[in-house]
Amino acid sequence: MAAFTVARSGGRFLRGLYAFKGLGTGRYGPAVSAVRSVTQQQMRSYCAGHLSVQERIEKKRRAALVGGGQKRIDAQHQRGKLTARERIELLLDPDSFVEYDMFVEHRCSDFGMEADHNKYPGDSVVTGQGRINERLVYVFSQDFTVFGGSLSGAHAQKICKIMDQAMLVGAPVIGLNDSGGARIQEGVESLAGYADIFLRNVTASGVIPQISLIMGPCAGGAVYSPALTDFTFMVKDTSYLFITGPDVVKSVTNEDVTQEELGGAKTHTAVSGVAHRAFENDIDALLNLRDFFNFLPLSNQDAAPVMECHDPSDRLVPGLDTVVPLESTKAYDMLDIIHGIVDEREFFEIMPSYAKNIVVGFARMNGRTVGIVGNQPKVASGCLDINSSVKGARFVRFCDAFNIPIITFVDVPGFLPGTAQEYGGIIRHGAKLLFAFAEATVPKITIITRKAYGGAYDVMSSKHLRGDVNYAWPSAEVAVMGAKGAVQIIFRGKENQAEAEAEYVEKFANPFPAAVRGFVDDIIRPSATRKRICRDLEVLASKKQTNPWKKHANIPL
Amino acid sequence: MPTVVFLLQTECPGLAKDVRDTEVDISGPESKNPNQDFVSTNQLSIKSHTHRVLNWLVEPKSWSGLLLSGPVMAASGEMFLNSCLTVLTNVCLSWQTFDKILIANRGEIACRVMKTCKKMGIKTVAVHSDVDSSAVHVKMADEAVCVGPAPTNKSYLNMDAIMKAIKQTGAQAVHPGYGFLSENKEFARRLAAEGVTFIGPDTHAIQAMGDKIESKLIAKKAKVNTIPGFDGVVKDAEEAVRIAGEIGYPVMIKASAGGGGKGMRIAWNDEETREGFRFSSQEAASSFGDDRLLIEKFIDNPRHIEIQVLADKHGNALWLNERECSIQRRNQKVVEEAPSTFLDPETRQAMGEQAVSLAKAVQYSSAGTVEFLVDSRKNFYFLEMNTRLQVEHPITECITGLDLVQEMIRVASGYTLRHKQADIPINGWAIESRVYAEDPYKSFGLPSIGRLSQYQEPVNLLQVRVDSGIQEGSDISIYYDPMISKLVTYGSTRAEALQRMVEALDSYVIQGVTHNIPLLREVITHPRFISGDISTKFLQEVYPEGFKGHQLSDSERRELVATAASVFVVAQIRSQRFLGNLRVSSSQQERRRWELSVELEKGVHAVTVSHSGSVDLDGKRMDVSSEWNLASALLPVTINGTQRTVQCLSRNAAGEIELQYFGTSVAEGQEICVIEAMKMQNSMTASKTAKVKSVHCKAGDTVGEGDLLVELE
Repeated sequence: MAAFTVARSGGRFLRGLYAFKGLGTGRYGPAVSAVRSVTQQQMRSYCAGHLSVQERIEKKRRAALVGGGQKRIDAQHQRGKLTARERIELLLDPDSFVEYDMFVEHRCSDFGMEADHNKYPGDSVVTGQGRINERLVYVFSQDFTVFGGSLSGAHAQKICKIMDQAMLVGAPVIGLNDSGGARIQEGVESLAGYADIFLRNVTASGVIPQISLIMGPCAGGAVYSPALTDFTFMVKDTSYLFITGPDVVKSVTNEDVTQEELGGAKTHTAVSGVAHRAFENDIDALLNLRDFFNFLPLSNQDAAPVMECHDPSDRLVPGLDTVVPLESTKAYDMLDIIHGIVDEREFFEIMPSYAKNIVVGFARMNGRTVGIVGNQPKVASGCLDINSSVKGARFVRFCDAFNIPIITFVDVPGFLPGTAQEYGGIIRHGAKLLFAFAEATVPKITIITRKAYGGAYDVMSSKHLRGDVNYAWPSAEVAVMGAKGAVQIIFRGKENQAEAEAEYVEKFANPFPAAVRGFVDDIIRPSATRKRICRDLEVLASKKQTNPWKKHANIPL
Repeated sequence: MPTVVFLLQTECPGLAKDVRDTEVDISGPESKNPNQDFVSTNQLSIKSHTHRVLNWLVEPKSWSGLLLSGPVMAASGEMFLNSCLTVLTNVCLSWQTFDKILIANRGEIACRVMKTCKKMGIKTVAVHSDVDSSAVHVKMADEAVCVGPAPTNKSYLNMDAIMKAIKQTGAQAVHPGYGFLSENKEFARRLAAEGVTFIGPDTHAIQAMGDKIESKLIAKKAKVNTIPGFDGVVKDAEEAVRIAGEIGYPVMIKASAGGGGKGMRIAWNDEETREGFRFSSQEAASSFGDDRLLIEKFIDNPRHIEIQVLADKHGNALWLNERECSIQRRNQKVVEEAPSTFLDPETRQAMGEQAVSLAKAVQYSSAGTVEFLVDSRKNFYFLEMNTRLQVEHPITECITGLDLVQEMIRVASGYTLRHKQADIPINGWAIESRVYAEDPYKSFGLPSIGRLSQYQEPVNLLQVRVDSGIQEGSDISIYYDPMISKLVTYGSTRAEALQRMVEALDSYVIQGVTHNIPLLREVITHPRFISGDISTKFLQEVYPEGFKGHQLSDSERRELVATAASVFVVAQIRSQRFLGNLRVSSSQQERRRWELSVELEKGVHAVTVSHSGSVDLDGKRMDVSSEWNLASALLPVTINGTQRTVQCLSRNAAGEIELQYFGTSVAEGQEICVIEAMKMQNSMTASKTAKVKSVHCKAGDTVGEGDLLVELE
């Protein structure tokens, strides 16, 4: 076997961290020297004034392109990070980026900020629009080389401008965050800037997809913008998200904690659930983001994208007939099922390291984007708990907001019992998932692979919550609870528990009780699942369903 | 289109005299549209009134006339043949042997036996352990009975349960396959006591040949060449050392009861003899419940060549030519071929005749194999006789045209052989590769387990036969043999068969478990193998440091880089193909050129790929074309006019592409702990020098993949 890495756009990016050295002198060099030779001839006509404007434009552009200067660019590269512009170049299709507000400068006049050397054309963020696989996207990329990427009034204004435009035309916004925080010199203006962004994040929520990729520090109030967007991705080792840094933590709570432990990629993807996924480095993150972008519609007015697909939609998956073990207590990997069913085994998992008892992510079926939710029997038997409910609920709501059909694979023994869960509010949090599934009006297809017990059965996109097509595999067991528990209640104190258990299993540990009542539409052979889902999605593509008018629903937050 | 006539030769020497040639007249092709499937049963009329039609032969000339009339005809012709076959066998053969056979085995061999049973119209009964209840052999059988839990001694070796299954299903005969109960005389005896036919030799032959010491005595008497050495039961390690000293090193130590390489160790000095004794006796005890051992002279640089014999219950025996099985690791066969490149007709005949005389000496019936070691001067020595169907029997079937299982069933039901020695041909060449779920980079193959997440056999290729008992989604578990399949290719010449094998190995998709295809491919393309210069030490000699995988040549490297770059570009182009989306930019120019940097292992290459498929690699142009179906694991590509089959194992958004074409990977190492997996003892080796910190397992524990066994400091 041979492993390859193929990088886009030549050797520059593979070893790309040093790629942009010397930019500006190279590309704009000849023009500049031409201008010089003209001035040397001392032409004193009105042309001269025009030329000097021309010269100033070029100069500003040059300055904007190098941001905080070569030294800071080198420092950025040394940290293993790309610059704001390099990131945009990698993220977008070649030559598709159209920049706005390159000439905007900060307006602060305190603390010597008004001095020329403290002014950078474009300030500490690069904004504009471009294309990812030829589809429109708005982008802002914070420039750490300019005042540590700190957010000034002008910086915020630039971001707000592209967000407003994205809302007007209906196109996603991607933010590449790399900022030390508020521009302290500007005081309240900076804070106002944050709030302006927050407001737009909130208004845009559910209208256009918003994605944040944290590629450096993001601290204090700044963290709430990513938190308000639909997806937050991080880069391992170089990105941090926290409300207050380790120093403040030490002074307030006397805890010793490193930046990485407090708010690194691992913390947020595995412990807090703040971030949805982490990538190895800038390049990996940006290329994955391109891949991810292809799953999303441009706005809530657009249908989920359909891509050319080579994987036959009627492909049988023989492996699925044996994937569920015979003993109902034995675990298996839900990802085996998902990979087998989706196009080309391609599954973009969201939050793969957090609340692993539920699996969520995007895939395609016959080229069409679908959201997949599945209980994971491999982890905690696939039960629902606080974290998995919240993880699932947010994902379902995203899909519903953006017209992405939801396919749910059910193998759930119930909600996790215990004081920790009850005190933590499993009732309130579990209700979120129930709410999300019930509220969703996109096509909903459900496959019960094995257990569907108790309230958790209801929750997992059941027929009763307007599931469009609900299937059961022959291994499905839809019941209030497992045989053992049920028998202990029904036949409390009676002997012959084993016999009763066998009777219960015979009656309930199979798909029939649900099938005879029409709660599942069919019992299907696992190997035919892909075929059936693809067919159903085609039928459901024209599904139209609306909820009654309301200002907004009141999901149990 | 001429009328096609099938001649049914119905000879049955030992039976009724009224049997005579039967003619089956098939008319119709000329009166019908040749493009349609023109055969139906009513077009077959059996002219003769004979009631015992035992065999049929296709008259080759008329048949080839049919095939020559184009591919469409060939396709329907094949269907035609198959339907004739089924009809004939069903009509003529079903009732003469058995109605129902129980197959006391699992995996590929169970499936193999069932195929012939189906062909003969015999109902089949599968037995299985609980973990195997959805296995292929169970699905394939007409009936299935669970005989116990996963461990073999509680299921497939559980005679009580199997006897019960026989009674329950009313099976008239039992085919034991190989391994398990196939050479168990007690099982054969119990079947006989119940009046159930054992499809194999009788108890006497099993017993005589199953015991290494007794078998040698019989062989000597039958004037079969035997290996110089000591025949006797070995009591302890010191006795082993003394015997070894008398014979002279090197010596081979093995279990008396075991077949193949099980429990067999080679010792070059006293210390190794003691160790060999310990291992072999333990393994013999655990596998066969019989810890007797045998020590004999070890023949240096030998070839392992075996003769297939077939005998009936009426004292007739045939030899069906040889199989060369010299490519072995740890004394287990890896690649086999028939015929051998080494034997001349005289040696072949001498070996065949000795094999037959041995078979006759033990009143052998059924199919069996006499194994010989052949030294460089074509001296051959009797090794042992396997009283069962061998794993590698398909290659003999390929070159002789016989169905050994069918012959076994016939013979078991009392018929005489229907061939004469002169009827046994060597037609073409057949090669078998044993595809195992093993890591070939560790001791040429340490078992690996897992679920076959993707599995696709190369059966679409011509003259490729795959005997397997698994399918996509099957588990390769710790309980059973890790063999995935037997991949057999056939050709009119050896070179042709080898070429087909390369293609078949390249097109074999196995994902989810580590497999030995890289090793198999290296062996069959190695110059020494191609020239036929092989011995049982082939692997150790060719890979003294252990198998390290294929070392890419510069041109192969370039091909791979070009392919990877093309795959990447194709994926890029495709990721812009949105269907029915009106919001894709229409103003942008289609991209015609991609400048890429491809990193293969440690080397970085500048590659330019054009829209049309031409690749410029480090300044040199290459043409790469393919249908580029990215959903398929197989990527047939044409690079500068050469056909290659590459597999795309994985591909991600960050541009990492994993291709399979040749193997690459490394491993090295001191024995620290012995794990018993899949009936084989495997040594675990330390990859670096370290102190043992703690041991987390006890002897006899069952361990799973990823379990921590020994911690090193």
